[in-house]
Amino acid sequence: MDFLIFQAPILMVQATLDGILLGILFALIAYGMALQWGVMNIINIAQGDLVILGGYIAYSMYLAGIHPGWGVIVSPVIMFFVGWGLYKLVINKVVDRDLFISILATFGIAIVFQQLMNFIFGADVVVAQSEYGTTMLFDNSVTLPNSKIFSAFISLLYAVVLVIYMKKSKLGRAIRATAQNARAAKILGVDTEKVYAATFGINAALCGVAGALIAITFTLHPYVGLPYTVRSFMIVIVAGLGNLPAVAISGMGLGVFEEFADYILGTEFRIGSVFMLLVFILVYRRFKLSKKREYLK
Amino acid sequence: MNKLAKLFITFVSAITLALASISSSFAKVEDGMIVLGSAISLTGKYSSNGVHTQNGYNLAVDRINKMGGVKVGGKSYKFEIIYYDDESNPKRAAQLAERLIKQDGVHYMLGPYSSGLTKAIAPVTEKYKIPMVEANGASRSLFTKGYKYLFAVLSPANQYLEVAIDLAVEKNGGKPVNIAMAFEQDAFSQDVRLGILDAAKRTGSKITIDDKLPKELNDMAATLAKVKATKPDVLVVSGHTKGALTAIRQISEMKVDVPMLAMTHCDAAKLSKQHGKKAEYALCASQWHKNLSYKDKYFGTGKKYDKDFKKEFGYAPPYQSAESSAALLVFKDAFERANSFDRDKVRDALKATEMQTFYGNIKFGPGGQNTAKPMILFQVRCKGDTCENKVVAPTKWASDKFFHPIPPWSERG
Repeated sequence: MDFLIFQAPILMVQATLDGILLGILFALIAYGMALQWGVMNIINIAQGDLVILGGYIAYSMYLAGIHPGWGVIVSPVIMFFVGWGLYKLVINKVVDRDLFISILATFGIAIVFQQLMNFIFGADVVVAQSEYGTTMLFDNSVTLPNSKIFSAFISLLYAVVLVIYMKKSKLGRAIRATAQNARAAKILGVDTEKVYAATFGINAALCGVAGALIAITFTLHPYVGLPYTVRSFMIVIVAGLGNLPAVAISGMGLGVFEEFADYILGTEFRIGSVFMLLVFILVYRRFKLSKKREYLK
Repeated sequence: MNKLAKLFITFVSAITLALASISSSFAKVEDGMIVLGSAISLTGKYSSNGVHTQNGYNLAVDRINKMGGVKVGGKSYKFEIIYYDDESNPKRAAQLAERLIKQDGVHYMLGPYSSGLTKAIAPVTEKYKIPMVEANGASRSLFTKGYKYLFAVLSPANQYLEVAIDLAVEKNGGKPVNIAMAFEQDAFSQDVRLGILDAAKRTGSKITIDDKLPKELNDMAATLAKVKATKPDVLVVSGHTKGALTAIRQISEMKVDVPMLAMTHCDAAKLSKQHGKKAEYALCASQWHKNLSYKDKYFGTGKKYDKDFKKEFGYAPPYQSAESSAALLVFKDAFERANSFDRDKVRDALKATEMQTFYGNIKFGPGGQNTAKPMILFQVRCKGDTCENKVVAPTKWASDKFFHPIPPWSERG
């Protein structure tokens, strides 16, 4: 136990802001996962690896002398086609099978992606430099890297654009219709095959954005994808499918919770405490459901 | 899932057993060749350091073979190494060690890359009484298990940053210091941590922050905010290359001012290249540096080794390669002193090793660790935009003076 945070309350501000900025980025990845989970009923284990691949695209730009910040535009475009191709190659064969098959398939994709990235980019940990500088608040006692602020801003921007697109565009409506009832949508003339491919592509594109942001805020390595998959999975579990504000709030909430756990319980309990929270939420939900059932009886 | 996994495990174990039971009686010293075996990470997460290790082994094999080979019983033998790719996976490494010993009939082993994989292989080599000289497993727990056939040419992990604490105390006018530390939760980094705890006890220093970073963590912002709030005299970080890169990135972004920053894996992470000026003044533990004044007849000095290695492989040798080359020199020396291929005689000769190589002095302690070579510290220093690692401790080899304290970020351009 460490009570430094209570002795220096300014740390609470730091922890909250760090948590929110981190959470928004995770929420973006989680939203992609929720989207294709909802539409296609696929839990994508390769989610984190798509993120890292997106990061490597930004890193390649950085190596070529282009500012890695542009990765947030280039990376999603490339990743959309990667996602589309992946759907045509593998996912379309498992999309209407049970969950276990799709988990196995995406797990396989994850391994192939890891090895490919290792083969192409090497096993060294790499970073791309954005040189965005730092924002200092409260007489320098709270410092926020501008790269994190940039990440949060871009994540929000993409989320908003996506929400509008899903509401207004034809494809967006088709995606939502398919999510509600794939068979009915098909009868009414929606090309569900195309909708699935587009959904998987959009998810990969979101991963591409997140990856480019991770390249400039954290580090890249071919084998660090899984923690991102796990994190987005947890956010989706807490928030539910197809509810963007809930995903964003749950992302930020988990981010802040994690930061506070770090200060109060210690860094070694940081990730463990998030899992504890998840268990608690699941048990609580079950409890509430069972109560509801009792009323019904 | 469960059924399938069980089936898979049964299948793999059946194959392993089948392979293991094809035992061979021939000793692997034939046609003037001494065959060594090594499981090495050519793919997977350790593949870059695995390749550094392999290059180090290969360079030494070439050099020794070219310069007359190994003389045993008046006859000259050449080294040859059988490699298998362990995919950076401890289970696989242990299987491959069995295969090398049982199927390929290897009687002498070279170590893999990393403490974790060495830990997986050591019980196997021990079981079959196969002498193993390893160059890349520094974890202290390797040397406390009473292994009799394990010999490490490198300094154990707990020695990595102890010197840094002594240095901090010295700069503080001999008075105890406040230490903040963050270590990844893995065998190696936690051993480095134990070394710091010892040093803190010895010098009466106080540990103000003691964070254990989860393996999957890539964000140290909370730890660094605590550092900012408590203002320690020295910050110690160890978490492999990811830890080193994350620490420098976030220390520079959060403008954390500490008088002294000590780390591990700076050269493996190519800190001075990837972070440039942001990494300046970081103090790094290293097993070896080319400027040290050790010598041997095969590679000459460290500088000569550096040149030869660059010529052969096209990049400057990291210490992982240098220590791997040294392992071969140790084997050669032991074979010649044993003057026999009897495994126990070779093992006894290894035990009695006392020699100097370009990499450093080598003498094995009771647990098999090298007790004759101190760790060195270098500091990242920049001239303009090019940054280099300069040796600053121990004073005997220091090419530059240790720069202390680190200027605050507000004064750094």
